[in-house]
This record gives sequence, structure tokens and C-alpha cells, in this order.
Amino acid sequence: MNAIELANVSKIYRRYSGRQFATLKSALLQRSILRDLSAAETFPALSDVSFSVPKGCTYGVIGRNGSGKSTALKLVAGITKPTSGTVKVEGRISALIELGAGFHPEISGRENVFINGIMLGLTKGQILDRFDEIVDFAELREFIDAPVKTYSSGMYMRLGFAVAIHVDPDVLLVDEVLAVGDEGFTHKCLDKFAEFRRRNKTILLVTHSLGLVERFCDEAVWIDEGRVMGHGDPKRLVDAYLTAVEKGEDTLLATTTAKAVEAAKRADGEAPHPADGVIPASTDDAAGGPETASTEPELKNFFEETEGRWGSRDIEITDVTLIDQAGTPSFVFHSGEAMSVRITVHAHAPITDFVFGFGLFNAEGVCCYGTNTYLEEMTPVHIEGVVTASFDIERLDLVEGTYKLDVAVHKRDGFPYDYHRLLYTFRVKSRTHDAGIYRPPHTWSFTGAVNFTSEIDKLT
Amino acid sequence: MLSNLANLFRYRGLIQSLVARELKARYRGSVLGLLWSFINPILLLSIYTFVFTVVLPNRNPIAQPYAVFMFCGILPWNWFSSSLMEASNSLVSGGNLIKKVLFPAEILPIVSVLANMVHFFLGLIILIAFLIGYRHWPDPIGLLWFPVVVVVQLIFTTGLALFLSALTVHYRDIRDLLQNLLMFWFFATPIIYPWQDENVRQYKWLFDINPFTHLAVSYQEILFFPGPVGHATWLMVLAVVSVFVFLGGYWFFDRLRDSFAEAV
Repeated sequence: MNAIELANVSKIYRRYSGRQFATLKSALLQRSILRDLSAAETFPALSDVSFSVPKGCTYGVIGRNGSGKSTALKLVAGITKPTSGTVKVEGRISALIELGAGFHPEISGRENVFINGIMLGLTKGQILDRFDEIVDFAELREFIDAPVKTYSSGMYMRLGFAVAIHVDPDVLLVDEVLAVGDEGFTHKCLDKFAEFRRRNKTILLVTHSLGLVERFCDEAVWIDEGRVMGHGDPKRLVDAYLTAVEKGEDTLLATTTAKAVEAAKRADGEAPHPADGVIPASTDDAAGGPETASTEPELKNFFEETEGRWGSRDIEITDVTLIDQAGTPSFVFHSGEAMSVRITVHAHAPITDFVFGFGLFNAEGVCCYGTNTYLEEMTPVHIEGVVTASFDIERLDLVEGTYKLDVAVHKRDGFPYDYHRLLYTFRVKSRTHDAGIYRPPHTWSFTGAVNFTSEIDKLT
Repeated sequence: MLSNLANLFRYRGLIQSLVARELKARYRGSVLGLLWSFINPILLLSIYTFVFTVVLPNRNPIAQPYAVFMFCGILPWNWFSSSLMEASNSLVSGGNLIKKVLFPAEILPIVSVLANMVHFFLGLIILIAFLIGYRHWPDPIGLLWFPVVVVVQLIFTTGLALFLSALTVHYRDIRDLLQNLLMFWFFATPIIYPWQDENVRQYKWLFDINPFTHLAVSYQEILFFPGPVGHATWLMVLAVVSVFVFLGGYWFFDRLRDSFAEAV
């Protein structure tokens, strides 16, 4: 049996645009009252959404911001009505949407518990029976007779949560409210959810915490731009969702990079880059990649964070492509996977003095790694025409974050042919939220009496 | 619409607690608390009595003692005007509830009207004290009409409150407009001058089309003037009108209901 059933539900919001600060006077003057009160511009928040939640199931709803998740929840709660389609819910609903929404600041916590409880459908007697339990759950025994306006926001939310959860609903709707308290309180909330599951109640959970969906939900639905993108097994769905998010990021990074390259090209065409002047005509042994630069000006140039492009273009970098493990161009990579940087250059004349350089920076501008062909003792002999260079990284052992690349071709003494400074942006994704820059490949091992449980065991 | 009305009955427990909360919250933090419900009308009455018996004495023989006469009209007027002012604002200030909780929105303006009705009843105690003080006894049979006029006023006020609260969601300047309108309405109603005055009778038709005239006169007939209540026919007409005002206001409210959560 289904506890919640949405069939072909659409919700169209009316946008009362253009008269945000409408006054009656202007409406009368323009005789637009009837027009104003009827539908103006419309905005589809949900289009043709169908999903059903079996009784006793914990069901997750995932999606980006503004995808229509909360609208779906409000429809299930009955706060708004669908424009078309049907919403069916079996049993009593309690919605953890806005905790303590009905609290009045001037009156005491005790009185607010009663009024809030009645709003959520309890009778006075039922609240009286559960009152102690509610107060203990919220950990507010000493403050229950103080006016709610004196509460901290955490106390406020805890009390709201405690009342809502003690309504004892058949269907519990939860919208991103688990961040209400400290670690201890969050665990208590999760325990309460687990208890709900044991008692075969239905939970509809809207959250951005994908981990929670994976380990907590029996099923899930993914909504994007008001449409159902898929439903079913949470693990698979979360993976699909993450892939889509990466694709979105990929497109975004691609445009960022394209813009940066374009801007650099234009700036370079207009005027010679000042950095041209600071490249020292240094001695042979100091030549090479900027990493080994021993002279002041070059260092300064190197740590300058502004992106750009400069050089004589005797050898011109015509294309830089980042390639992922599967061999496709990408801007999003996973920690620990392979990555290649393919650099296409065009040497307009035969040249004998050239060095390929590569630099990797994180978002704070810290150099994570830098090298060049000269440093790696590859003595240049000859280059001419179109050449493709590939810098292959076997394992991209970086922590999650955004990184930028320097790609350059220059003389051994540092004279730039074509220097691309921080023009290429990519993202590294990781399932572990570890700190720092570099993740050495590692494992943990122990001897003696040590035990660990995983997060999953803790929750079920 | 009818099912919504029936639904409202299910929420009477909530309405009751919200009215109680409204009354409690109003005086929370004030030293005199609920006493203000008595002090406000007493002060108001003293000022009006002083102005109209000493500064600008009203010597109309049928309206004596003047303070009592005036009070019979002012009390229901205050209920009426405060209800409309608060109700027109109720949906906007209670926006959180409408947006986040499953909650019939009409409860909010209704609570405003009912909370002010409680204040009206508390004010009646002062009126009774004055009636006793002046040894001015109303006709006991006429008093039977008192609940009728209260119910008519309640229905009439609620209808207008629903209409105004829904409209204020979309036009915020209703509040300012209403304040001025109520001021005008107050002076256009025989509250501080008696209905039987000759100057008033000249414009009888103007007063006849003012619904609050009939409420104010009814209160005066019941509580102040001797003899049987002579305004009963008008009161019954107004009762019918009030039912239509209520249904019309509710219909209007119901039509705009879905826009509240988005426009608040």
C-alpha cells in the first residue's frame, strides 16, 4: 500500500511581477485590479511529477537548489495545492519544514508547545500526556517557562523539532532540518527517525546530504527543474545525480576556461604583457622552469596570482586539453584517477632552444607542483611545425578542490615563447573530506585490541 | 467553499487557543497586564466626558447623561475598527504560518475579530459600572436583544475582515487607507451625537445606508434609551445584509487563498 502518491502533478506559480510594491491607488488609476489579481506571468515549479512512497518506506528527495523539492514537499503536506494532477496521502502528516513556525515570541515555551501542538493536530489532552517527553527531548526543562523570544536559535529549533516529532504522525515530512542542533542532538534526531522506521512509519526526506540519503533511505527520487529525473535505489540514484552535477560543473569550468583564454588573448594582443620585461636574461644554469628561478623578478612574476598570457609566440600554444581516465576531455576529475594534459603547440620556425613547463596551483594560489622538460634533463634539440605534448599523471592524488594550471613554452633562460598563466581551471572531487593538498596513497593498519564501526552500523 | 466553512469548525480548538494567546501576548511584559483592557476605556471615557460636558457641552436632553450615551456607541465601534485594522494586517504578519504550516488562513483574521470581541466584553463591565453609577437602568426586556446585535456585528465584522485581509496581501496600502476611512466612518455614524437630533434627521437617508448606524443605534436603544427597542426592524435587515457581507467576504478570501502563500 502506498502512503504517498503523486500522479502527474504540476505546480505553476504565478509571478506577480512588475507590481511587487503595488498600491491600490495605482491599481485603481490603471484599472488593473482584475488583471492584477488574475494570473500574470507563470513559472512551472513542478511539471508532470509522479512518484509513490510505499507505507513504511523512508524515501529521499534529492536535487539541486530550486529544482522543486520543497514545492513537492509542500504539496504532500497540503500547504499548497497542485495546479493539475493528484496528491494522495494516507494517514496523519507532520511536516518538519519550518521548525517553530507558529511560535509567538512573547509567550512562554510551555504555552507555545500547546498552541503548536494544536496547530499540528493534537488535542490538549494528548499534548499534556506528551509534554514531559517533548521538553526532555528538546533539553529545555529549565527554560520552558521563559518567553520564546529569549531563546537562542538552537533552542527555538529544538523545541520546534520536539513538538513536531511528538505529534506521532503516520507520515513524516522532513525538509533539511537535521542541522538544528549540535552533534548530540542530531544523533537524537536520527535515533528518533530510526524508531519511526522500526514502527513502520513513512518518512519523506528532502536533503542535500547525499550521505544521509544513501545510508538512510530505502528509495529515492531525483528531481531537476521540476521533472523527475529518476527514482529507485538511493545509491545508484545518488551516483547518477553526482555525475549530472559534475557534468554541470564541467560545462561551467569549460566556459570559465574559454573566457580566461579569450580574455588573455585579447589583453596580450593589445599591449605587451609587463611580465615580458621582468623575465631576466639570466645565465644558462638558472634557466628553465620558473620553479627553479633564483632571481627576484622571476619569483615575483611566478607568485603573482593574476592570470594571463604573454610571450613572443615563436612557438605558440594553440590548444590545451585536460583528459580524464576514460580518455575524454573533462574539467572534473576524481582524486586518485589518471589525468592527462594535452598541449598542442605550433613552432612557426625551426627552433633549437625550448622548454615545456607545467605548473599546478590550488585555489589559494599555492603551487602544488611544477616541473619542466629541462629540469627533467631533457635537452632540447629541434622543434618545428605542429607538435602535441602530453603530460600524463598516473594518479591525481589531490584533495577535493578547484585547481588551476600554468602551461608554458620558453627558452632555457626563461624567455617566454608562450606563457599561459592560470588559464585552465579544473575540479577534483573526492568522497573523503580530508585536509591539505596532497593525498599520498595510503592504508591504515592496527595491532592490538582496536575496533571500529562504520557510520552505517551506527544508524541502523 | 462550504466544505472550507465546515473545516473551520474543526479548528475551533485552535481558534480558541490563538485568541487566548493573542490576549496573553498583548499584555505580556506590561506591568498592569490585563488591567489595560479596563484602563484604556476608562481613560477614553474620561477624556470624552470632559470634552463634551465641560469644553463643548452637549446639552441635547435626550442624550443625558452624555458619558453613558456616548460609551454605548464607542465600545462596539472600537471592537469594529480595531478588528478591521488588525485583521487587515493579520495575513501579512502571520505569513510564516501560511507558508510553512498546514493551516486554514482565514483563522488569522477571525482570531483578530474574536480577540477584540473579548476586549469589547471587558469594556462592557466598565459600561455596567457607569450605568449603575448614574442609576440609569435599561429596559430589561430590551436587553434580550443584546446578544442578537452582538451576533449581527460579529458576522458583519468578520465578513469585512476576511475581505480586507485578503486584499491587504496584494495591496499593502489598504492599512493606511483603512485608517482614514475608519476615522471618517466614525464621525459619519451617530455615536457621539444622538440619532434623534434634528440636524441628523435632515440627512436620514445618508445615515440609513450606513450599516454601522443601525448597530450603534441598536446598542443605544438597548442599553441607554428607555422603553422598548424601536430599531428591531432595521437590525433584522442588517442581519440579512451581514450574512451576505460574510458570504461575499469569504468567497473573495477563498478565491485569493492560493495566492497567499506566494504573495505574503
